[in-house]
Amino acid sequence: MRRIPTIAFVALALALAIGLATAVSPYASSRPDGLERVAADQGFLADGTTHPAQESSPIPDYAFPGIADARVATGVAGFAGTLGIFLVGAGVAWGLRRLRGAPSGAASA
Amino acid sequence: MHIPDGFLDGDVAAAAAVPAVAAVGYGVRRAGRSLDDRKVPLLGVTAAFIFAVQMLNFPVAGGTSGHLLGGALAAILLGPWLACIVMAVVISGQAFVFADGGVTALGANVFNMGVVGALGIGLAMVAARRLLPRTRTTFLAVAGIGAWASVMAGALLCAVELGVSGTVPLHTVLPAMLGVHALIGIGEAVITVAAVSAVLATRPDLIDGAGFGALPSGTPAPGREVTS
Repeated sequence: MRRIPTIAFVALALALAIGLATAVSPYASSRPDGLERVAADQGFLADGTTHPAQESSPIPDYAFPGIADARVATGVAGFAGTLGIFLVGAGVAWGLRRLRGAPSGAASA
Repeated sequence: MHIPDGFLDGDVAAAAAVPAVAAVGYGVRRAGRSLDDRKVPLLGVTAAFIFAVQMLNFPVAGGTSGHLLGGALAAILLGPWLACIVMAVVISGQAFVFADGGVTALGANVFNMGVVGALGIGLAMVAARRLLPRTRTTFLAVAGIGAWASVMAGALLCAVELGVSGTVPLHTVLPAMLGVHALIGIGEAVITVAAVSAVLATRPDLIDGAGFGALPSGTPAPGREVTS
């Protein structure tokens, strides 16, 4: 059985992820999630606070800043976030491989 | 199930961070052994896919929604330890870029939504390999049931952390969390099985969670060599 190359597999999977985050996430349910629902029902939702490090979040609540249309703002946030997470994830893996996976002798250089 | 800051007592948040840091740290230590060249982009794309699908909240009963956690899926695709790294990347990104999930609660969130599911399904796969027939059906059944159980385990831990923090009595929050997440977990199982099936259909050799062997004829066994 002929298999698609790894790079094509990664490209397809990334395209699917970016497509979902960009085009489908604006239409995702905006109902509270399980924990938010329980927190609201049981009266501790208001205990939630925003950490000072989150006051200046680049893309707060999955809405890309400066875009008036809420759906477009969510889609752009999904696009940027998915691409960014891919780069960070691959970057972390690449760094760890360099750090830990280097041939013996090279690690101490 | 992202816990914001303010829900957990500081001591509880710190205690929950211990297993998260330990698991991610162990994953980092092992990474040199488990990361080959092709796993570098695979780790990135797994993180990206989980991030993307986490945005796709689906409605469940009672005006509530749920979304994928992804720890089980990541562990099936990459193995449990690399999955801990993936989940730390996703949940940290959500906290610091999207203000989703707290900063002091980051360790608890990585533990609840990532580490427990990843390590749990890793154990389940090891057990299934020894005890059950090595078929594609078994593999997908373990994936689906494990994905559902990972959501329930995360909900249980979240409820216990809230209860011990004194935020809400455990006897009220525990049944509520388990009840709603029993439904959300079905979504987790469906998405996990669909994603794993798609990888099995295209590149079964990329699936780590296995050495499962004896997949249908013509389908090479995923992962390591089958020794039995």
